[in-house]
Amino acid sequence: MAILEVADVNKRFGGLHALHHLNLQVEEGTTHAIIGPNGAGKSTLLNCFVGRLIPETGSVTFNDASLLGLKPHQINQLGVSRVFQTPEIFEDLSVLENVMIPAFAKADGAFRINAWQRMESRAEICDEAKHILEEMGLVEQREVLSSTLSRGDKRRLELAMCLIQHPKLLLLDEPTAGMSRADTNNTIELLKGISEHGITKIIIEHDMHVVFSLADRISVLAQGTVIAEGTPDEIKGDPKVIEAYLGGELG
Amino acid sequence: MFGNSSRADWIMLIAFSAFVLAAPILLKPFGAAYPDLLQKFAIYGIFAIGFNILFGLTGYLSFGHAAFLGVGSYASVWMFKLFTMNVIPAVLFSIVVAGLFAYIIGFVSLRRSGIYFSILTLAFAQMSYNLAYSVLTPITNGETGLQVRQLVPADRAADYVFILRDEDLRWVDQAFGVVEEGIPITNLFGMKMSGYPGFYFCAVLLILGFFIAMRIARSNFGMVLKAIKSNQNRLSYTGVNTRPYLLAAFVISGMYAGLAGALLAVTDPLAGAERMQWTASGEVVLMTILGGAGTLLGPVLGAGIIKYFENIFSSINDTVLENVFSFLPTTLQEISIAVTSMFVGEGWHLTLGLMFMIIVIFLPGGLMQGLNHLIGLFKRKISTKSVSADSSG
Repeated sequence: MAILEVADVNKRFGGLHALHHLNLQVEEGTTHAIIGPNGAGKSTLLNCFVGRLIPETGSVTFNDASLLGLKPHQINQLGVSRVFQTPEIFEDLSVLENVMIPAFAKADGAFRINAWQRMESRAEICDEAKHILEEMGLVEQREVLSSTLSRGDKRRLELAMCLIQHPKLLLLDEPTAGMSRADTNNTIELLKGISEHGITKIIIEHDMHVVFSLADRISVLAQGTVIAEGTPDEIKGDPKVIEAYLGGELG
Repeated sequence: MFGNSSRADWIMLIAFSAFVLAAPILLKPFGAAYPDLLQKFAIYGIFAIGFNILFGLTGYLSFGHAAFLGVGSYASVWMFKLFTMNVIPAVLFSIVVAGLFAYIIGFVSLRRSGIYFSILTLAFAQMSYNLAYSVLTPITNGETGLQVRQLVPADRAADYVFILRDEDLRWVDQAFGVVEEGIPITNLFGMKMSGYPGFYFCAVLLILGFFIAMRIARSNFGMVLKAIKSNQNRLSYTGVNTRPYLLAAFVISGMYAGLAGALLAVTDPLAGAERMQWTASGEVVLMTILGGAGTLLGPVLGAGIIKYFENIFSSINDTVLENVFSFLPTTLQEISIAVTSMFVGEGWHLTLGLMFMIIVIFLPGGLMQGLNHLIGLFKRKISTKSVSADSSG
């Protein structure tokens, strides 16, 4: 069953046709990679999923509900979490607080004033936060200010912030961009590890090594449209993909 | 309901309360232990605590908070004029009116963030200030300011329902048969709110305000506000609708300002439009930054220091300086007086400005950062075992 369905989506920026009659289906429980050369429209597509951009035509449906016109917090409340290209965390707060905020957002909804109770008095959320930090190997650093974490640990923290919400769909925007080979491999291991949670994942990625290590299915984007789709093995041998990456004209 | 605060918070609250209640004794060596000034410390402390809930926690810098101060004062004086000189209804009414006013201004201003938010709040405050002088004269009594006056003679009372510039009604007091001689003083069920009783009334409300602010800062709500300051974008992708949280913080801080405005009217039943001017809004920003934005004690400390400078430092004149430097030879004495007089008396703004610059440059976290640093050093000295001193108070 398709958890996310993108049908005939068009998006223009002035003269640039960023997304051109784009169709995409993401099956539940899979890791779906979206690859493509620079300017292919990968980030534009992701921004249409999270409510930052609204396409001119077409539809984006998640679990049979349209995502178009919803605000980012509403989409998150439906069960879509995202990881940013550079880790976006609450740098002025402690590691534990960083994971407690998304847990509260999940438990209490988008807005609920709870100005009298101390945060720590919600035991079930505290325990869950500590549990997820343990899983991510950050539990020792839970009282530390999160801005002092290393880049790799910030990535782990951001993942923990997403996972504590038990999302149905996790969007990963170039999770290894700008990382060293060793960090990249660590991140791959981390992402493989969270497959056990049974979360559907969409990965946008440049690095083929990452894509072929993680993806169950791959969609190749070029010039705003899907030019190929299939299993990693199918994509590896597809001449259209090689052509797109080498910058040749599309037939 | 009171059992949730941690030990450190209780200690801080008790120490704070003790200090505030003992202020008339503790501040004597500084020459600041007279009720008028102590009241100002407490009132502006409340104002700054409230401002800090918005600015310190969410990072949204409002440049129009004096508007709520002014609205609170007007609301109080109207309660005094129309109903009773008892301060409780006036204080409650002011908080409600300032809260509603803050809701309206916040609803519009919070559509923008950063500098645009600041400019919008500034525009609203200046608008209120100018309206108070012009269109709203029937409510504000324009330049003269709204004052508590003598009662209207009973035979003319009916004519005076809407025009109350020079004479008051005080229906409730009249119904209870309170006899007034001349212009009455505000009271708390008969206890006159001038001098030390007035200060203690403000002090109790300061402690209460501090306690509530502390609970907010430690709560889930406060944590979301801090997260807004830290990374609002991430927060909305985390499923939190940030706008209503901001509006709630804005309204709460507006209510604190309304309370401060009411207390200004309680200690001196007069409300003028100059209370809403942008300089007054700027002052509370200075207080908060000077003491330490985002800390609990910082804003009160900043408010105290600025009011101290305004009232004590500014009253040091050449005669006082002559006494101080009397031990020097005449020429040296004259030079010393000439130099120091630039910094005191009329020149107190210069001292404050220099101090503000030094603090912002060297202690961006305000005086509380410096204080925590000192405590940290001290702790490290006494406990040589633990090398890492955690000084986040």
